Amino acid sequence: MSLRRYIIRRILVSIPVLFGVSVITFGLVHLTPGDIVDLMIGQNPDLQPGEAERLRREFGLDQPVYVQYFDWITNALQGDLGPSFSQGPETSTLLVSRLPETIALGLFGWVFAMVIAIPGGIYAAIRRGRLGDDVSRFVALAGISIPNFWLGLMLIAIFAARFGWFPVLDPQTDLLSREMLWWLILPGIAVGTASSASLMRIMRTTMAEELNKEYVTAARAKGLPERTIILKHVLRNSLISVVTVAAFITAGIVSGSVVIEVVFGWPGLGQLLIDVIHMRDVNVIMAITLFVGVAIVIANLFADIVYALLDPRIRDDY
Amino acid sequence: MTLLEVNNLTVRFYTAEGVVTAVDDLSFTIDRGEKFGIVGESGAGKSVSALSVLRLIENPGRIESGEILLDGENLLEMSDKEIRKVRGNRVSMIFQDAQTALNPVYTVGEQISEPIRHHLDYSESEAKERAIELLDTVGIPDPQTRYSDYPHEFSGGMQQRAVIAMALSCDPDLLIADEPTTALDVMTEAKILNELDRLAEEFDTAVQLITHDLGVIAEVCDHVMVMYAGQPVETASVDDLFYDPKHPYTVGLMASIPRIGAGDTRLQTIPGVMPDLIDVPTGCTFHPRCPYAEDVCTQKEPGLVDPATGTEVGADADRGASCLAYTGDLANDLTFDVTVGDAGQSVGGESDD
Ligand SMILES: Nc1ncnc2c1ncn2[C@@H]1O[C@H](COP(=O)(O)OP(=O)(O)OP(=O)(O)O)[C@@H](O)[C@H]1O
Ligand SMILES: [Mg+2]
Repeated sequence: MSLRRYIIRRILVSIPVLFGVSVITFGLVHLTPGDIVDLMIGQNPDLQPGEAERLRREFGLDQPVYVQYFDWITNALQGDLGPSFSQGPETSTLLVSRLPETIALGLFGWVFAMVIAIPGGIYAAIRRGRLGDDVSRFVALAGISIPNFWLGLMLIAIFAARFGWFPVLDPQTDLLSREMLWWLILPGIAVGTASSASLMRIMRTTMAEELNKEYVTAARAKGLPERTIILKHVLRNSLISVVTVAAFITAGIVSGSVVIEVVFGWPGLGQLLIDVIHMRDVNVIMAITLFVGVAIVIANLFADIVYALLDPRIRDDY
Repeated sequence: MTLLEVNNLTVRFYTAEGVVTAVDDLSFTIDRGEKFGIVGESGAGKSVSALSVLRLIENPGRIESGEILLDGENLLEMSDKEIRKVRGNRVSMIFQDAQTALNPVYTVGEQISEPIRHHLDYSESEAKERAIELLDTVGIPDPQTRYSDYPHEFSGGMQQRAVIAMALSCDPDLLIADEPTTALDVMTEAKILNELDRLAEEFDTAVQLITHDLGVIAEVCDHVMVMYAGQPVETASVDDLFYDPKHPYTVGLMASIPRIGAGDTRLQTIPGVMPDLIDVPTGCTFHPRCPYAEDVCTQKEPGLVDPATGTEVGADADRGASCLAYTGDLANDLTFDVTVGDAGQSVGGESDD
């Protein structure tokens, strides 16, 4: 009951956020000097000056920015993201063709981050002040400090080039097939490592704090085994704080995957974004940015829901 | 019949500032069904001695020596698995602040059912049934629906009742209550104490009640031990302690009980503070604060003796006080009067004859 209201509220709150993101992105793209027509002229000196005017009119680039934005948002709300000036097909077709690859990579990176961070954090918290904690702190620090593109290159150099355990070229199989996992592992690790490392530290700190609380002593006084105390009582309380942060790392994963897609030649939105930014291909830039915005909003919404499921005190506030 | 026998227990904390001897060679016994009180100022070592019984002392603390016999079995020699079978089952514990002792993210009912399932091997539904019964027993209205409430949906008094239900869930032989009413208002405190008293009878459970409030002791206990700086300074039946206290510290504690309705409501406290447990005074640890202290008190450590005969007594003595006045070492006598008020309680005070 109240959980549903809570979710609806969260969704409503994200609408103005997405709107704001679209305005800012649109503004920024138009503030950058030069447009696609300038680029076309640069590449094709035979173009007549009159042609440029004609092209701008055709693309609607001669209008004031706010009119252009208004046109764009009206169409976008009806599902029409406009043509791509540089890539040929419609923006939406382009997006749909690249989207699954990016989602697969992002999800894999995210799951990898969680699978390492949560048990790693629990382990470090239990061993706090001892060798295991120090080792985990060192590993986490390394994970946070290594630039992701360098990590990606190293992974390729060692595990793909030298040992040949993993393929590196564009994935040649169906996205949903088992073999796809082989293509995903290296870029997935490269995407998820930094997030995983910071999340692991947060998990460790939160858990160590929880372990000092009196309900833990009380649970011990009940005669419960240490395993139950950690995995049932302490874990759930620790996850409450971690879930919020886990949503934040989505942004890191999305931006990280742009670089990683280029390093690994991954045919997703990240690579496309680099291409279209060079071309000032407004419609595609807008579409990708909004997709990223939506992904982050969904991640936060998801986190809020998990948060409310974990913590009964939150549910009552709504 | 003796239920719990603590012999020569010493517990130390190895802190950055130094080694804290929180409990120093402490002995006491609790009989089956007895209501045993431990009273003393903050930092006297009451909680540490209680936690030691369940072996819940954590880093940097260590139980250095002594034995803790429950029905003759030494808890300190048990394996981790064996001591877990004692915790919450044969000996259970109630904490000072029920709000922090309850896990905020699980329902009250679940937290009561948990030890029942764990220790008594009840099924999910049997445990739930018993938990609801227990909630009813401790006086929670509408226990059926309250079972599924979360701790934050309970008032402070109800939370403490729920914690008591949890502690009683496996029908323990000994219930350790560490300042169970300190976090509550006076009205609720009185109700909870009554309830505790009644339930201890009903469940035939011995109670080790820890408090810094002699009034609470008077309400509930049969026997009482007064602690100071990790050691017992006086042990007596509640009547003896109130009508005829033998240790200057006990008298000081009594003088500091505020009493409503008495002619003079003097709120006297013992001057000074408890010594630093890293570097305790030589001789009698109480001497720096004692109005009767003489030179010998700074040198000679008083043991627990029978105040009538001056002979050393053991942990199970009915009456004992650790003051050199009873061993003939002091030149002067202790000169305090105890007048008994209307309510049957005593008023302690020092008077110069
Ligand atoms: N975890 C710990 N680390 C260091 N010292 C501790 C720790 N726990 C207790 N002590 C020390 O042990 C001594 C006795 O503490 P204890 O908690 O038993 O006092 P208490 O009699 O229960 O007091 P209160 O009435 O305040 O609860 C204190 O001096 C305290 O500083
Ligand atoms: Mg205490």
